[in-house]
Amino acid sequence: MLILTCPVCGVTAEETEFHGGGEAHLTRHGPGSSDDDFEDYLFMRENPRGVHFERWRHVYGCGKWFHAARCTTTLEVFGTYPAQTTEPPKDLRAKISKKRPGWTWKDLA
Amino acid sequence: MSEPMTAGADGGIAAIAEAPLQGMITLRGDLSDDTIRAAVKSATGQKVPERGMINTADGVGVCWMSPDELLILCAHGDVPDKLHQLQESLSRVHALAVNVSDARAGFILSGPHARDVLAKLCPVDLAPDRFAFGQLRRTRLAQVPAAFWMLGEDRFHLICFRSQKQYVSDVLTVSAQPGSAVNVWSKTISGT
Repeated sequence: MLILTCPVCGVTAEETEFHGGGEAHLTRHGPGSSDDDFEDYLFMRENPRGVHFERWRHVYGCGKWFHAARCTTTLEVFGTYPAQTTEPPKDLRAKISKKRPGWTWKDLA
Repeated sequence: MSEPMTAGADGGIAAIAEAPLQGMITLRGDLSDDTIRAAVKSATGQKVPERGMINTADGVGVCWMSPDELLILCAHGDVPDKLHQLQESLSRVHALAVNVSDARAGFILSGPHARDVLAKLCPVDLAPDRFAFGQLRRTRLAQVPAAFWMLGEDRFHLICFRSQKQYVSDVLTVSAQPGSAVNVWSKTISGT
């Protein structure tokens, strides 16, 4: 079970108070994009063993979206950060590097 | 409205009573905005609470619901006046104040095991030093959303959506049924 801390309201609770929103930091491709880009956006998702970045919503609490970094094998939560960003904060990435040297996720490392 | 549903006398481990009609106004807007903070202060006498807190006195309260939402509690009959006052003072800022008194139902839980009754249903750390008077917690109660705060030692006010009132009343009654004391947070209070 994941224990997540909502960065918006500061509440720490287990995952049943939240709702997962899938992979984080997607680049949206809409009308006018190439078929390949659109297909990637619609269907192609990461399925990593290890470090993963996701969107979550505090559905039973403040109702806000946020991001979480976690490990898919150990369910360790490295940290959560606000939704209003296109990439994980530097200090969180440094923290993950300490715990999981050599991790990669899409074009992040 | 306020008849006890499970009294401690029936052998239940906590008293569960339906709360009397409660006036509620939802206020959405930028909570750091001075105009909004002043409007809340003049309508309720209370400051805008810190994150996750509730400010209350004399039956009038302000609950922090999310970074852009407050729930104002007052007497049911005072809502039209307070709403008018808020809407007047907020006419020039981007904010929304609505009467939601009938959207939610309330319950009062009391007794030395009240903490345990809630802890059985909600994924919340209810240790006395982790959840105390002045805090407000929105969370999941069994399968539905709810929020609660403390009225005093061993007394909780819980609100849920009115459409789910019967369900909440049922799960609370089960959680407080006779002989179901778990003595996690009530160990020092009761020898049972």
